[in-house]
Amino acid sequence: MFVNRKAPHGSIYAYEGLEVILIFGAYDQEISAAFLDDAVLSLKKGQDTSEIGTKEFSATFRVLEAYGVENRYVERESLEQRGLTEEDLVMDVEVVDGATLRKYMGEQDVLLPF
Amino acid sequence: MLHIVNKSPFKYRNLDTCVRVSEKEDPIILIEDGVYAALKGSSIEGLMKKTLEDHPVFAIRADLKARGIDEVLDGIEVCDYSCFVDMVEKHIPYSWL
Repeated sequence: MFVNRKAPHGSIYAYEGLEVILIFGAYDQEISAAFLDDAVLSLKKGQDTSEIGTKEFSATFRVLEAYGVENRYVERESLEQRGLTEEDLVMDVEVVDGATLRKYMGEQDVLLPF
Repeated sequence: MLHIVNKSPFKYRNLDTCVRVSEKEDPIILIEDGVYAALKGSSIEGLMKKTLEDHPVFAIRADLKARGIDEVLDGIEVCDYSCFVDMVEKHIPYSWL
């Protein structure tokens, strides 16, 4: 499971995390991706980085399903803290509470933080 | 003094400290990840509303646009880089990095 916790444009972590998920997806691994804290902001609709000169990658999250990343989790409290709802996100996800996410994390072979 | 905040208010305490240490009427400008403080309905809306009672608060348009923030909290003035430069000329700038 890839555990994403960083905002999209303030550092390279979020973009690098997405790249690594896609690489693993291409190798037919059974993987999942969780988004909590500021990483939920990476999934916000309507991002346009044309004026700050960086790559806009939110649309790329939509290919995760095609790459076999079926398990995509967003922690509910992280969304609520930022005034967001599931409808504000660029891809379909399973919104879960912290306890459920912890349970899923416990079921993984490997946890990779980004 | 002009306070410049460039970090996410959900991850860092920079905005809290900035507000606590600032003087009344000091302008605060939100740039880069700092613009997330302008989100409506977030957990820091209370802090921002209180801040707006004592300070003019600005947010950079390009940074809001990059992050998909179409609507900002009432009272926050959306501005371009030219207005940022004007403010830096008028005040002693301090970046809460």
